[in-house]
Amino acid sequence: MHFKKDYDFMKMSKYAFIFSIVLTIAGIITLSAFGLNYGVDFQAGSNVDVKLSKNVTKAEIEPLLDKIHLSDGATVAPGDKRVNIRFTKELNEDQSEQLKSAIQELDKTASFEINTVDTEMAKELGRNAIYSVLISCIGIIIYVSIRFEWRFALAAIVALLHDAFMVVAVFSIFRLEVSLTFIVAVLTIIGYSINDTIVIFDRIRENLRFGKQKTKDDLKAIMNKSVSQMLMRSLYTALTVFIAAFFLFLFGGESIKMFSLAMVIGLLFGAYSSIFIASPLWLVFKSKQKTSAKPAKPSKA
Amino acid sequence: MKRIVTFIIVVLVSIAVMAGTSPALLDNVRLGLDLKGGFEILYEAQPLEQGQKITRESLIRTAESLEKRANALGTSEPEVTTEGTNRIRLKIAGVTNEAEVRKKMKEPASLTFRSAEGCKTPEAGKDGTVDPKDLYCKIELLGSDFVENGAQVGMDNLNRPQIDIKVKDKKKFADVTKRLVGKELAIFLDDTLLSAPTVNQELTDGKASITGNYTMDEANQIRDTINLGALPLKLTEKYSQSVGATLGMQSLHKTIEAGIIASILILIFMIGMYRLPGVIASFGLIAHTWLLILVFVWADFTLTLPGIAAFILGIGMAVDANIITNERIREEMRNGKSVMSAVKAGNKSSFRTILDSNITTIIVGAVMFAFGTGAVKGFALVLIVEIVLSILTNVYFTHYLLNLLVKAGVLKKPKQFGVKESDIRAL
Repeated sequence: MHFKKDYDFMKMSKYAFIFSIVLTIAGIITLSAFGLNYGVDFQAGSNVDVKLSKNVTKAEIEPLLDKIHLSDGATVAPGDKRVNIRFTKELNEDQSEQLKSAIQELDKTASFEINTVDTEMAKELGRNAIYSVLISCIGIIIYVSIRFEWRFALAAIVALLHDAFMVVAVFSIFRLEVSLTFIVAVLTIIGYSINDTIVIFDRIRENLRFGKQKTKDDLKAIMNKSVSQMLMRSLYTALTVFIAAFFLFLFGGESIKMFSLAMVIGLLFGAYSSIFIASPLWLVFKSKQKTSAKPAKPSKA
Repeated sequence: MKRIVTFIIVVLVSIAVMAGTSPALLDNVRLGLDLKGGFEILYEAQPLEQGQKITRESLIRTAESLEKRANALGTSEPEVTTEGTNRIRLKIAGVTNEAEVRKKMKEPASLTFRSAEGCKTPEAGKDGTVDPKDLYCKIELLGSDFVENGAQVGMDNLNRPQIDIKVKDKKKFADVTKRLVGKELAIFLDDTLLSAPTVNQELTDGKASITGNYTMDEANQIRDTINLGALPLKLTEKYSQSVGATLGMQSLHKTIEAGIIASILILIFMIGMYRLPGVIASFGLIAHTWLLILVFVWADFTLTLPGIAAFILGIGMAVDANIITNERIREEMRNGKSVMSAVKAGNKSSFRTILDSNITTIIVGAVMFAFGTGAVKGFALVLIVEIVLSILTNVYFTHYLLNLLVKAGVLKKPKQFGVKESDIRAL
């Protein structure tokens, strides 16, 4: 299967821009109003995951917590042969041991995963992540400006930040839990997003070499042609990576479920933004150059 | 003919090597705590006394003694790393008596010399005894004043075991002992009084001995505790993660299961989409995975859950390299090129595309590696290694195999690449 016709992506991108702007605004509103649903990595407290040999109910666990005076600020969430208990206070070692022995009374084979973090650490993790993103952006701008030109770099960065923000926005809107692995997921999405965008830009760069583009329409034709040529590849790649992330989400361990979900969402936005945001945006930047340049001056391509 | 033979030999040898080494390789992959159980603690170090500064040297020495301590407790392969200027990350796998180990790690047995100077006479407790801590309330010398690992077992005049310790600053010790001549200088290990000898004279050689009616074993034990306890810095737990072994195994199995299902689907997709070149691409993907495990074992990297995630998603990216190449070859064919020149042109121009897109991803990975900690770092490492390997296997190796088949004349029709004759434009 392949497309013989060149689609007018510029025309479609108008709707894409509107969609993305609306979603961005919605994201900013929910983020500023409700923030993110931070997991234990970003919130002082302890998170206890227990694997059991049988299903237990909330009513069975809560009296146990009462008995060892840990029920304050504890949220019990039972699952399939497992239970998650979240404490807003950090558990000290004695309390962890008490909790373990209390639950082991219920089920001898219980296996535990206990995570404790203090807020200072969590804030630092978040700060580091934001720095990483910004420094990555600078690195990408430098590399893409050298290999391509700055307009490509700028368009790619906008698309990349768009993808990262969209995932954060979706997690904020749907109140999904944000953990340390979420940061890893967002950083990976940035990696994919830029990868996906660069492949399309590479084709635009290649097509620009054939002949001079005098008018805006010439540029638009090149953009539409390049994206059309790469459309199947974009779809196939998005599909295969989507398969990988989706199966991790469906069958992967509990601890990477949210990671996989963020990846799935990010991949979809990544494929979308390369086609409908990055490429049209490049065209907008490039067209400005055409109108401001004097007609006599030969264009640099 | 010669090329077909080469192709078959390369493929068979690769399969034999991969099949033969895989079981041993898989056994040797070092698994992270989240996969095999254990616990991880991030400590923040503070100077023992206020106003002191943490030096790089003292941090490293603290990490080293933590490692010794973990080894002394009989744990397997403790991993101790310093982070930043004042942090130490400790990872211990497969511990059964976690509480005890944690306690021993965190609470350094610290040796102090104390005197009763300026102390109030303590009131006797209910049972009529006086807490020695109250009796000797003034700390004269701290753990950091003693030479690390300086405690030794010696013999006194009566041939009884005693523990000899050395003080770093001879002058300081001389001053203290001069002041305390005729008084008691008590030696405490944590809050336990070991002995309270009376100072007979000013001691200028910086040496002190702990005497008591110790057996040789007791003396050795005290020496070890003192030596392990001589931590140059005070540690507080900042972050801790503890994973039960069963839970870790469950995560591992689930994630690998998910990975295998996803990989099979991806391979089916590649073969269905690109026919024989798809089979070659799939072969390249399998070689890629094998090579990645090989690098993990050789470089002794630790595989963690986020690492496996990067691993599986990286396979998705390796697939992208194959898709880019094959789509490009198809495109060249549709433009009317012969199979031979289409493959040549396709391989060549797709290489540049793949390189540019992968280098930008490596930039992101490198930043993550430099700024990330723990899970982020592990993830970034796998991502970077995987992209480099992907260029080797999914570009060079796959292109090489494809070229062999094309030149041998096995692949000569566009149809074999999944291109319809009707789609081909005349030149």
